[in-house]
Amino acid sequence: MTALLEVEDLRITFATRSGTSHPVDGVSFSVARGELLALVGESGCGKSLTALALLRLIPPPGQIVPGSAIRLEGTDVLALGAAELRSIRGRRIGMIFQDPMTSLNPVFTVADQISESVRAHQRVSKSAARVRALELLQEVGIPDPVERLDNYPHQMSGGMRQRVMIAIALASEPELLIADEPTTALDVTVQAQILELLDRLRAARGMAILLITHDLGIVAGRADRVAVMYAGRLVEEATTAELFARPSHPYTKGLLASVPRITGAVTRLQPIAGTVPAPTAWPAGCRFHPRCPASLPRCADDDPPALAVGDSHRMRCWLAASGPS
Amino acid sequence: MSAPLLEVRDLVKHYKATGFLARKTPPVRAVDGVSFTVGTGETLGLVGESGCGKSTVGRTILRLQEATAGSVCFDGKDLFALDASALRQARRRLQIIFQDPYSSLNPRMTVGDAIAEGMEIHRLAPRGEIPGRVARLLEEVGLDPAYAARYPHEFSGGQRQRIGIARALAVEPAFLVCDEPVSALDVSVQAQVLNLLADLQARRGISYLFIAHDLAVVRQIAQRVAVMYLGRIVETGPTEDILARPAHPYTQALLSAVPVPDPTTQRLRIVLPGDPPSPSNPPPGCPFHPRCAHPDKDARCSSDRPLLHTLGRGQVACHHAARTP
Amino acid sequence: MTGSLWRLLLRALTSPSGRLGAIVIALLTLFVFVAPWLLPDPSAMPDLLAGALPPGAGHPFGTDQLNRDVLSRVVSGGQISLSVAGLAVLLAVTLGALVGGLAGFYGGWLDSALMRLVDGALAIPRLFLLLLLVAVWEQMPLGALVLVLGATGWFATSRIVRGEVLRLRSAEFVLAATALGAGPGRIILRHLLPNVAGPLLVAATLGVGDVILLEAGLSYLGIGVRPPTPSWGSMILDARPLLTTAPWTSIFPGLAIAITVLAVNLFGDALRGALDPRSA
Repeated sequence: MTALLEVEDLRITFATRSGTSHPVDGVSFSVARGELLALVGESGCGKSLTALALLRLIPPPGQIVPGSAIRLEGTDVLALGAAELRSIRGRRIGMIFQDPMTSLNPVFTVADQISESVRAHQRVSKSAARVRALELLQEVGIPDPVERLDNYPHQMSGGMRQRVMIAIALASEPELLIADEPTTALDVTVQAQILELLDRLRAARGMAILLITHDLGIVAGRADRVAVMYAGRLVEEATTAELFARPSHPYTKGLLASVPRITGAVTRLQPIAGTVPAPTAWPAGCRFHPRCPASLPRCADDDPPALAVGDSHRMRCWLAASGPS
Repeated sequence: MSAPLLEVRDLVKHYKATGFLARKTPPVRAVDGVSFTVGTGETLGLVGESGCGKSTVGRTILRLQEATAGSVCFDGKDLFALDASALRQARRRLQIIFQDPYSSLNPRMTVGDAIAEGMEIHRLAPRGEIPGRVARLLEEVGLDPAYAARYPHEFSGGQRQRIGIARALAVEPAFLVCDEPVSALDVSVQAQVLNLLADLQARRGISYLFIAHDLAVVRQIAQRVAVMYLGRIVETGPTEDILARPAHPYTQALLSAVPVPDPTTQRLRIVLPGDPPSPSNPPPGCPFHPRCAHPDKDARCSSDRPLLHTLGRGQVACHHAARTP
Repeated sequence: MTGSLWRLLLRALTSPSGRLGAIVIALLTLFVFVAPWLLPDPSAMPDLLAGALPPGAGHPFGTDQLNRDVLSRVVSGGQISLSVAGLAVLLAVTLGALVGGLAGFYGGWLDSALMRLVDGALAIPRLFLLLLLVAVWEQMPLGALVLVLGATGWFATSRIVRGEVLRLRSAEFVLAATALGAGPGRIILRHLLPNVAGPLLVAATLGVGDVILLEAGLSYLGIGVRPPTPSWGSMILDARPLLTTAPWTSIFPGLAIAITVLAVNLFGDALRGALDPRSA
């Protein structure tokens, strides 16, 4: 299975008043065709910036550091000119965002916004684009699509707006969909609908999805592989079954221990001690070591590389070298 | 069993429309007849999605908004009948913590002043003793007493929530309304704050009305739970009963939508169609019937509004409910 | 509260224009209130026969037609102009905060009534209002001038304050204070006003520039600060006949006005920028 997307050693810096910050500091992963990779982490870990980098949407003063590589089926995205970049954005890679309130333009109708997306990449007439918009609305499961075509965003609920956003992203049949916390702002029953929709679309179109989230729960039932991010880097990566069966990195274990459960016995939650460090001052050595219950002496000085823990299971932790606990 | 600390009966809060079309627009029925009790030292979870009215219930009980109808009896006293000065005295014993850590603290007030304010208003300690008390409260919520001189913007979301808790504790309340206190926090911080709330309850015997949309979170802290939909309680009972054997179709759907971080669990996925309805235009009969997939749904459901009736150790408002085995 | 106002001021000083404005204001104020001890008394018996002398030894700014030292007059005129502006703005800001605060907090008919009043007052150009109130009074005392300037300058401020109070009234920290048992007085004084202090400070600073210009204008028309009290505006009035023969008699007071207003506006703008939400 050839990789559709390959990210190698992605680094992003921001110049701030208190010095240079490195919110993304050496992230490498790949997404295969038709695969759902979940990028999981809490706020401040750099996951959203990573997503924006894939389409070169990093706002200034942020900069992608030279030496980073982002390849879409071999093509280096970072080296593309403006016109070629536009042909990738929306066409081969689509993106949906967290807050449907602000991601849709409030002064244009749904039909206008979807048609715009269609006509940006294909030479079709306005009426043909409108027909396509209707098809897309049906595909994303909006009831009464004919009426909804001429609605404005404020006339729709959060869940429906999110569906519209998905429709816009799908308009040009992208091979990869980046979903940045697509359900965080939605109610839990609506979240279930949207996730189910994404599953369905993925199966029907063979589309790959990069799902960015902080919720390990929505990852468990859906992702093929999971990558856990902390302090600007991936700290653990594995297939979903493997990650949940044998979580190895102390951060992953800490996350799982702090999530309240709906099943099983009710036990006291075990939160991770301390707080997330600031991107202007990453700790020396292993970035997690100040909060790690299992840190070794060498963790304070040596930054661990990605080490294998099992079959297609890697983590950045010295415990892998000495054998998982 | 001793008398409950708080008894809410038939609480109603309608928002009337204002402006030109006021007479033609129906009122928003945010809370439409809610009754429950909370005992000393216990936690009642109030669960529901957006628009169900749970936050309004919390604020109306404390008379931060005036109710349209109903009664709230706290420690034998009818809160709605109190005049301004009696209400101020009663306010000592009923406190609230909010969801958004960024708007719940006055940005122009030091942390110490914010915590001390309640003590000043109710003259709980001579002036010289106040700094000492503030320091002890900060320690009790897990913060460094030196933080008293700092301003809220210097703290993270989790720390601000703790400060808000310390502020509420300063007046030694018997009852605390927790309005989604952890929804805006990261998973590991959420766990810390939940543990803190549980510890405080064990140590001080405070009762909580814990408002949340996440059933898993509620399960950690509430002995009993009430599920709200469109301004009414549709099911209530001991937490474990409700989670193990939900009787109301909405509770079942809500439960099945909660993400579980375990790929091996087999669960029945009930995906509700449509969106949570708007409280300004509730459906006739049972408020849930348009989205309900109960096999026995019939004409009664769209014409007769079901009332809460006892079922097992709890209550449910459904014409066809039975505790699923 | 003072801590955060201090931070606001410090942030305003980080921009070059803010620093410039602040330095000029500081120097000017210092100069105007301290220099008199170093300079000859402007009302001392002048040499009436000497006439207007150009800037030179002994008179850095020259003298006017009554041989009064222009520098000394600029200084004492400055004392008057700055004091009048400062006090008038203080009055205006207090009135604006009071009215805006009450309107925003209580809402309802009080809000409507007060705001209709403000709307009406804002419809009348301030200068006309001032002319109406001031022109008929022959020997108007300085205090009355300050009152009138202040009483005509609070309208826009009240709107700003009202807007802020409306926004903050439903902020959760205000609800929390209510839940703690705080009454309206405490909420307005400790929670609402401190959060409005920033915009108020900006309005006040920019208002000083306005008042200086208004006072100078009125004095130039002969109905502001009345002689013999010196004022930059009346100095320019007195210098009219000498415009071509002794231009320094109008240039220096004119420059004084321009520099002061510019400095005040620069600093006020820097303050407004420092108030930006992105800097907490």
